[in-house]
Amino acid sequence: MTVLTLIDGPEPAEEVVGFARGTGLPVEAVTVTAEGKGSPLLRKQAEELARLGVGTLHVLCHPGLADSTPQTLGATLARWFESWSPDAVVAPADGRAAEVLTHAAAWARLPLATNCVDVVDTVDGAAAEDWSGSSSSSWTPTRERAGGVLLEDARLTAPIKLLTVSRGVETVATEPVPECAVYEHPAEVEADDVDARVVERAAAAEGATLATAPVVVSGGRGVGGAEGYVVLEELADLLGGAVGCSRVATNNGWRPHSDQVGLTGTKVAPELYIACGISGATQHWVGCMDSRTILAINTDPEAPMVTRADYAVIGDVQEVLAAVVAELRSRARSRTAVPSVASR
Amino acid sequence: MNVLVCVKRVPAFGAKVPVTADGSGIDTRHLGFTIGPHEECAVEEAVGLVSAHGGRATVLTVGPAEAEEQVRYALAMGADRGALVETGTTELDPQATAEAIVGAVERLVADDEERFDLLLFGVASADAEHGQVGPRVAAELGLPMVGSVKGVDVDASSKDLSLRRDVAGDVEVCRVPMPAVVAVKEGLNLPRYPSMPGRLRARKAPVWSIGAEPARGGLATAGLRQPEENDEETVVLGHGADAAPAVVNVFERLGVM
Ligand SMILES: Cc1cc2nc3c(=O)[nH]c(=O)nc-3n(C[C@H](O)[C@H](O)[C@H](O)COP(=O)(O)OP(=O)(O)OC[C@H]3O[C@@H](n4cnc5c(N)ncnc54)[C@H](O)[C@@H]3O)c2cc1C
Ligand SMILES: Nc1ncnc2c1ncn2[C@@H]1O[C@H](COP(=O)(O)O)[C@@H](O)[C@H]1O
Repeated sequence: MTVLTLIDGPEPAEEVVGFARGTGLPVEAVTVTAEGKGSPLLRKQAEELARLGVGTLHVLCHPGLADSTPQTLGATLARWFESWSPDAVVAPADGRAAEVLTHAAAWARLPLATNCVDVVDTVDGAAAEDWSGSSSSSWTPTRERAGGVLLEDARLTAPIKLLTVSRGVETVATEPVPECAVYEHPAEVEADDVDARVVERAAAAEGATLATAPVVVSGGRGVGGAEGYVVLEELADLLGGAVGCSRVATNNGWRPHSDQVGLTGTKVAPELYIACGISGATQHWVGCMDSRTILAINTDPEAPMVTRADYAVIGDVQEVLAAVVAELRSRARSRTAVPSVASR
Repeated sequence: MNVLVCVKRVPAFGAKVPVTADGSGIDTRHLGFTIGPHEECAVEEAVGLVSAHGGRATVLTVGPAEAEEQVRYALAMGADRGALVETGTTELDPQATAEAIVGAVERLVADDEERFDLLLFGVASADAEHGQVGPRVAAELGLPMVGSVKGVDVDASSKDLSLRRDVAGDVEVCRVPMPAVVAVKEGLNLPRYPSMPGRLRARKAPVWSIGAEPARGGLATAGLRQPEENDEETVVLGHGADAAPAVVNVFERLGVM
C-alpha cells in the first residue's frame, strides 16, 4: 500500500508530497532518469525528500535515458508497473513529471485524472470504503477545469490510480525523516520503443519577466490598436513592471503571444494587476486572479473585470492612463524637490 | 505531407461558466461552440505545412453530429477534408476518445491507401483539459510523440521533424522521424480568420461521417460545480482623467512606486 510521487529533476516536490500524504497511505517517491545512484542530483533529491518526510526514493535508471523524451520515460515507468505496482502515482500538474506520467498512463492504458486539487470524496461520502486498495476500487478526485473556474468531481476507477496535482493545493504538513533511502531499479529501455530524441536544451527567456514582474499593466481590445500600448509601456516602466495583454490583442497581432495573460498564455500573480480595456472573460481571469490587487480601467462599469476587481476607474484607457502617468511624474518631481526645499 | 488534425467541439463561455442545475454538465443552452486556441494553431500549422510541402490536411473530430460545425470551421481555415466520428453528446474519457480517433485513422488510411505523416493535436482540450488524447493516440499507434510544441520544422532532406517545445521554463528541441504525433501550444503561429471564399468552399465540402460506440473508460465525471468566489465590492476610484490622483494614491499605499 503506497502512493508514489513522481519527481523529475529539480522540480519542487513539496506540494505533490503533501497531496499524496492526504490520501492517508504511505508515501514514497520515484524518478526515471539516466542518473546513477551516487549522482549529485539524486543525492539532492533524496535530501529534499527526507526533509519532506519521504523515506524511500525508487530510481529507474538507464544511461540511454539521457536524451529521452517524456514519452520514452513514460513507457519505461509503465513497464515497471508490471512488476511493481503501487496503489497510486501522483505528479505535479505542470512540468516534465506530468508529461512522463501521461505517457505512462497511455502506455499502460490506465486512466489518469489531471489537475486535481483534492482526493477526498465530495460526492456521496463513499470514498472511505474505496480506500481498500482492491484492484477495481474507485477514487473520487476533484479536478480543476478551465483554469480553476470550474471544479469537476471525478471518479477514477483503476488498479493503479494516476493523478496530477494542481499548483497551490492545500497540503498536509509533515515531520522530516533522518534519511531517504535510494533504491536503484535497472530500467528496461527498448531500443524500438520510440525514435525521438532531445537534441538541444536551453533556459527560456520568453515570458519570464511577465510571470515574475511585481506589477503587470495589461491591455485588451479597449486599448484600440498596437500604438495604443505606448502609454501602457510608459506606466509599466514607471512602476518597474511588465506589459501584458488579452488574447484579442494577440490575435489581432498587436502584441506577441509571450505577452498574453490567461489560460493559454502566462499565469501571473503580481502585487498589482492593471487590466486596461479587458472585459474579464474566464479564460483571461484565471491568468490574473491570483494577483494581490487588481485595478480595472474600463468604459463599461458592468464589465466582469470591473465587478471582480478591487479597484476600478470608469473611463477611456488612453485618457485615464495619460492622466495617471502625468500624476506619477509630477509626484516624483515634487518628491525629489522636497529635500532641497527643506534643507534651505 | 499528409497531416491529420484533431479538434474538439467545446462550449464558448464568457465571464461565468454556467452549470446545469443538477451539476451534470455545462449549461450550453445560451452558449455558442468553438474549438480551443491550441487546436486553432494546430489547424493553422496543418494548413501551412501542406501549402509548403504539398499533400493534404484532414480534420477529424469525435463528438455529436453538431460538431460538423467545427469541422467546417477548420475547412474554412484551409483544411482539405473533414471527418466526424459520431459518438453523441456524452463526454468521453480520454482513452475512449483516443480509441475512437485511432479507429477512424485506421479506416481513413485503409480507404486512402496512404499513411498520415503527422497527427496534430492541441496540448489540452479547452473544456476538459485532460492533456491526454495525443499521447494516448500515439501509444495506440506505436508512434513517437512530442508535446507542448511551439515550433515545427521539416528537414527537407531527411524528412525528420525538428520540434521546439516549452517545458518547465526550458526550451527543448526534439528530433523525430515521421510518422509522428505532435501536440501544439498556442503561440506556435497566428491562426488566420477564415476568408469568405474559404467559408463558401467549406460549406460545400464533403464531411465523412461514421458512427462509433466507444467503451466506457476509467475516468468519469460525477458532477461539475463552481468554486466559491469572494464577491467583495469594487472600489470605484473615479471617472476618466479625474481619477488619476486616487489611482496614484493606491499605488503609494501598495508600495509599488
Ligand atoms: C479555450 C480558450 C482559451 C482562451 N485563453 C485566453 C487567454 O489565455 N487569455 C485571454 O486574454 N483570453 C483568452 N481567451 C479569449 C477570451 O475568451 C476572451 O475572448 C478575451 O479574453 C477577450 O479579450 P478582451 O477583454 O481584450 O476583449 P473584449 O472581451 O472585447 O473586451 C474589451 C473590453 O474593453 C472595454 N473597452 C472598449 N473600449 C474601451 C476604451 N476606449 N477604454 C476602456 N475600455 C474599453 C470594453 O468595455 C470591454 O470590457 C480564450 C478563449 C478560449 C475559448
Ligand atoms: N472529441 C475529440 N475529437 C477530436 N479531437 C479531440 C477530442 N478530444 C480531444 N481531442 C484532441 O486532443 C487534444 C487534447 O485533448 P484532452 O486530452 O481532452 O486535453 C485536443 O486539443 C484535441 O486536439
